[in-house]
Amino acid sequence: MATMLQKFPSSVSTLNDYNALYPDWTQREVSTGTTIMAVEFDGGVVMGADSRTTTGAYIANRVTDKLTPIHERIFCCRSGSAADTQAIADAVTYQLGFHSIELDEAPLVQTAASLFRDMCYRYREELMAGIIVAGWDRRRGGQVYTVPVGGMMTRQPVSVGGSGSSYIYGFVDSNYKPAMSKEECLKFTAEALTLAMERDGSSGGVVRLAVISEQGVERQVILGNQLPKFSTV
Amino acid sequence: MALSYVLEPAVSGFNFENSTRNIVLENGSEEGKIKAPKPMKTGTTIAGVVYKDGVVLGADTRATSDEVVADKMCAKIHYIAPNIYCCGAGTAADTEKTTDMLSSNLTIFSMNSGRNPRVVMAVNILQDMLFRYRGMIGAHLILGGVDCTGSHLYTVGPYGSIDKVPYLAMGSGKLPAMGILEDRFKGNMDLEEAKALVSDAIHAGIMSDLGSGNNIDLCVITKEGVDYIRPHRESIYNYKRQAKYKYKPGTTPVLTKTVNQLELELVHETVQMMETAGSS
Repeated sequence: MATMLQKFPSSVSTLNDYNALYPDWTQREVSTGTTIMAVEFDGGVVMGADSRTTTGAYIANRVTDKLTPIHERIFCCRSGSAADTQAIADAVTYQLGFHSIELDEAPLVQTAASLFRDMCYRYREELMAGIIVAGWDRRRGGQVYTVPVGGMMTRQPVSVGGSGSSYIYGFVDSNYKPAMSKEECLKFTAEALTLAMERDGSSGGVVRLAVISEQGVERQVILGNQLPKFSTV
Repeated sequence: MALSYVLEPAVSGFNFENSTRNIVLENGSEEGKIKAPKPMKTGTTIAGVVYKDGVVLGADTRATSDEVVADKMCAKIHYIAPNIYCCGAGTAADTEKTTDMLSSNLTIFSMNSGRNPRVVMAVNILQDMLFRYRGMIGAHLILGGVDCTGSHLYTVGPYGSIDKVPYLAMGSGKLPAMGILEDRFKGNMDLEEAKALVSDAIHAGIMSDLGSGNNIDLCVITKEGVDYIRPHRESIYNYKRQAKYKYKPGTTPVLTKTVNQLELELVHETVQMMETAGSS
């Protein structure tokens, strides 16, 4: 069976270059194109993320863990370029660990967030990283800090990030109530992430949740068939 | 923060001074357009699976240079350490050199510390290096190995991102290979099942992807040792040369023969004594 390599005119498609032997969309950089979220409650924080990592239109990893431990009671949610966020998280983990040993006490969540902010702002031209830092410390309890692309840092009671976040701002703004309990926060996060995953092509897979409090970290996974159901999706 | 130096310090990493010139050349007028030479890609299918006692890695053996098969029996499963092997997809030179450097670094570490290297060390070294070069090193790698902490399978992307998963496929044939793996992977498979699964995944890549082909290599890594099966399955298309291309001496008739003596003239002669007397 002889196959002639045909040269297609560029009018056939502007999306793919059919003249290339290997499709372009499998060669792009690995991006976490994601939905991440964190909510403060009295006594701790609830963090959640989807589990999809994409290279162009191919899902490189459908069970990614985007909730990365930085210290014992401080985690971060990563969105943006997978390589950049992994490298930043590694660097901050080292710096925070060193700082904590020097102080001989647990570091503050604000310190971790500042370290992220310093790196993301200084290298803002080279990096593509949107990070939510959340955790518990003795001084201020549960805190959520967001460090979006560009290197701003601000504390918010609830924060969403990633490509899927655009679809759930309305849901989050209307359903968030201050002084929710831990179980209410978990339900709120799971529902918000499910809605985002349904609408955003770059988010999907399973929902990974983490609860950080004085007692420590509890992690759970909600599999695809166990996600909350909504009537329109 | 802009600083100017009188003497330019040595820049690390790649030198991009010619990139604007290259863009101008490539986008020039129709007559003046010059196409940059394409690096040889391995256009590959590679796969890895963690099974009950260790890791099975698989790869095809075709290396392509545009549409021509450059190497029919290319070895894509590279040695990193006695207990760690790495499959490479992407630019052939980049995967070769990167895995070579990694292997050297880990050997030195072994000698210095007296320990066997761990898979996570190899992954961290690779991630560091590839991130520093910002994706310019086109190496998509699958690392697998067994160390004192267990069996591990990682993928490292060219920009320096890593994923740790129980089964993987990379390269241009990864889509068909991933289809087979997603369908038939189970946790804790035994050896024959795992080998059949990886072999079938690579076979799917070979059948459905133009850039993959020829034979299938397998590498089984366990606590006891490594079984490098090359080839595990040979291609049924065995092209034998139809004619000989060697010519017997005397095939070409000699018409004339001239001998020119080369005139050499001794211009200058010096003799230098070497200090051969040993010091005592």
